[in-house]
Amino acid sequence: MKIITAYIIGLIFGLGISISGMSNPAKVLNFFDVAGSWDGSLGLVMAAALILAFIGYKLVFAQNKPLFGANFFVPANRKLDTKLLSGSAIFGIGWGISGFCPGGSLPAIGNGSVEIIQFTIALIVGIFLAKAALKLVAVKAMPNS
Amino acid sequence: METLFTPYQALGGGALIGLASVLLMWTHGRIMGATGILAGFFTPTSVADWGWRAAVLLGMISAPLAYLLVSGNMPAFNVPVSTNMLMIGGVIVGFGVTLGSGCTSGHGVCGMARLSPRSIAATLTFMLTTAVTVYIVRHILGL
Repeated sequence: MKIITAYIIGLIFGLGISISGMSNPAKVLNFFDVAGSWDGSLGLVMAAALILAFIGYKLVFAQNKPLFGANFFVPANRKLDTKLLSGSAIFGIGWGISGFCPGGSLPAIGNGSVEIIQFTIALIVGIFLAKAALKLVAVKAMPNS
Repeated sequence: METLFTPYQALGGGALIGLASVLLMWTHGRIMGATGILAGFFTPTSVADWGWRAAVLLGMISAPLAYLLVSGNMPAFNVPVSTNMLMIGGVIVGFGVTLGSGCTSGHGVCGMARLSPRSIAATLTFMLTTAVTVYIVRHILGL
């Protein structure tokens, strides 16, 4: 039941991404191209998703725990730091170059095009590069003696 | 490449994205963030942890086919950048979202909906750097 529910939720998310155009780099890049071929659609995608999630979360968090688990996995950290801001800034550079964010790219894998396979491999390489870099920094930060 | 303004598809698709986020929190207590789900798929903490992530990813990947069955067409898909840009951009995206602990879905939808200061700051940051990058790529470099 847990697995089927998770599958259906992934499908709903993927349909939302597909219908809204978030998996189409041409449309995504045009949202950011205010000085050129601007297409404001993605602003409405984010607005609709946010309003629904804001209201829905209020109802969900009024419960003590999720249906299938003992507790909600929600980050408690509310402090800004360099890692968060530099990582986000770097992500935007990649998004602007490629036209794909992870949530837009994953459902697009289902269209089986060469481009999405190339992007996905690159995305996974980037994730592991960052994990390796973070590990290296963590080791260096440990006291030597 | 010009694309048409599609307000109804944007609102409807966005609502489904929001709905999926609420449902995943309600049922599994998890944030519907593409970055977190994908990264955890490769480094799961248990078999059950891997299972729900794999199921969500499989659901996402089946979406274009489901879209085709309902509408008769595949979702619109045009990549207006070179293969090099696609792959260099991909590595940068993967690196950035891992360092920044999230992307458009995790920070931009789920985190902002919880009014998390970290997610609001992250979203403002990446929306800005994306817009600046697109401006530089298209209007200064002319790529």
